[in-house]
Amino acid sequence: MNKTINQKAWYFVIPVFVLVAFNAAIPLMTVVNYSFQETFGNNVFAWEGTRWFKQILLSERFHASLGRQFAFTFIILLIQIPLGIAIALTMPKKGWGVPICLILMSMPLLIPWNVVGAMWNIFALPDIGFLGHSLNAIGFDYNFTQQPGDAWFTTILMDVWHWTSLVVLLSYAGLNSIQPAYYQAAEIDGASRWATFRYIELPKMKKVLTLAILLRFMDSFMIYTEPFVLTGGGPGNTTAFLSIDLVKMALGQFDLGPAAAMSLIYFFIVLLVCWVFYNLMMKNEAQS
Amino acid sequence: MSLELKNVEKKVGIDTHIHPTSLKLEKNTINVLLGSTLAGKTTLMQIMAGLDKPTSGEIWFDGKNVTGMKVQKRNCSMVYQQFINYPNYTVYENIASPLAITGVKNDEIKQRVGKVAELLKLSAMLNKKPDELSGGQQQRTALARALVKDSDLILLDEPLANLDFKLREELREELPKLFEDRDCIVVYATTEPSDALMIGGNTATLLEGKVIQYGKTLEVYNRPENLISAKVFSDPPMNIAEITKSGDNCKFTNNNVQWKSSVKIKDGTYKIGIRPHNITTYKEGNNSVEINGKVQISELSGSESLIHFTNGSLNWVSLSNGTQQKNVGEDTKLYMNTDEFLYFDQNNRLVNNG
Repeated sequence: MNKTINQKAWYFVIPVFVLVAFNAAIPLMTVVNYSFQETFGNNVFAWEGTRWFKQILLSERFHASLGRQFAFTFIILLIQIPLGIAIALTMPKKGWGVPICLILMSMPLLIPWNVVGAMWNIFALPDIGFLGHSLNAIGFDYNFTQQPGDAWFTTILMDVWHWTSLVVLLSYAGLNSIQPAYYQAAEIDGASRWATFRYIELPKMKKVLTLAILLRFMDSFMIYTEPFVLTGGGPGNTTAFLSIDLVKMALGQFDLGPAAAMSLIYFFIVLLVCWVFYNLMMKNEAQS
Repeated sequence: MSLELKNVEKKVGIDTHIHPTSLKLEKNTINVLLGSTLAGKTTLMQIMAGLDKPTSGEIWFDGKNVTGMKVQKRNCSMVYQQFINYPNYTVYENIASPLAITGVKNDEIKQRVGKVAELLKLSAMLNKKPDELSGGQQQRTALARALVKDSDLILLDEPLANLDFKLREELREELPKLFEDRDCIVVYATTEPSDALMIGGNTATLLEGKVIQYGKTLEVYNRPENLISAKVFSDPPMNIAEITKSGDNCKFTNNNVQWKSSVKIKDGTYKIGIRPHNITTYKEGNNSVEINGKVQISELSGSESLIHFTNGSLNWVSLSNGTQQKNVGEDTKLYMNTDEFLYFDQNNRLVNNG
């Protein structure tokens, strides 16, 4: 077969090329530029090689915030995924309850992130907030602005409130795509509720759950706005997750070199974890 | 052992899905539920299985009233139009699943699964997952799951509808043999009259939630009680025309085609049902009459020719053996085998009954 060669087709790619260049490649290259040099203002740069990378990778501060970040992400995934599936399983499948549930579920997702942070900040204040005041009234010594445990508890609760809906909606879509005949077949076999879930619903939801875990991992790993507004990373540094720490370093201390190096390391961690996770899931898929 | 529906009715809201139906299915029979989509075949099966409760009426099984008894407590199995298997179980585990749940011993499971797998030609695929199989093999797995249980009642809900033509033919031939020596009642739902004829046994014709006629498949086909049953059990659709009879002479109301009839019925007007394969491009039987037609559509399907033509104000469908090429718009002669005519009275009841 003779293909006609028409190089003019490349013109159609130019808009995308320009767009990606301006919103991803060029800013990223600026960061790369900063990460290998020292700046002195007035556009004076001095070459530093991999010094900033070594410094970040060896710094205890980075280890601590990375540890906090992984702990936070792990905890919220551990809560949100099972909770999301559980809620999706109890949601009605038809009737007037469906739109109501769906709207209620999507509400938290529609609220701007800084508003979520501000809401929970006020909600959890120990003196005037409903949650904070109530907890203290029933005998808990709760103060998220001063006690690290309480700060973690509040941050996690806020994230669960904000994002579990996403897992619910995805699981619900997955559940709804299962043909009723599967349930009937299980019923005829005499399968228990648990067996139906384990051998029909869970395998059928695998794809949407992979997506849900990936999305929740990425989002929570890059979380910034909500904890920034809620706790500002405090008390002390106890809720300073990677992004909060990064902003402190870049804009608070104006350490542009190390901050740039940290950004790149941060970026590669997210990329790596997603890549490993996705491949593991797809490998499983290929096997079954 | 028999399954009996006594005045079973199913209503959902204001819609009646099944009109009061009484039906008795005997042991060791295959029973075909024949009707178009939404005729109520699936609903009826779900009521038989106990997956659904009738609004009123009773279901008796083996002399016991089982109305409202849960499906788990009845010994039945079901195969669906979609290929329903457990996605992350192997074929072996899938077939074994109904036995494993009821606590049958491993050795016995192994032996029974092996036997059924051989019957359904699945022995080589026991370690594969359903996703790796072709549609036909997936449906065989589902059938094996239904058979391995030794159910009293096996329900097949359009099991061949999602298969491609060749696989359908193949499995359709095997099906009746699979159930031959089993002590069970088989119910088979289908939209295709040819399925019913191939499977044999008994057939119930259904229309809009009503059982029109139930009896031996060939009897229902050859001697439909009424016009509706005849229409349901005819594909391509049956030709229907009005005639007048006086003495032995019969004549269509719409044209001049005449013939002599030995059917012993009173003089008057009747409706005639003619199956398409009784109108052919060649003479068949000793009492055929000629009809002129203008060809509207002419299509070949395999070794048969389907010709749609008009005569006067009526549309006719004919089905002849062999490849008979006709041009659209062409005037042509066809022959109707008058021995095979079905005469219906004004109440649509068959009058030339045997």
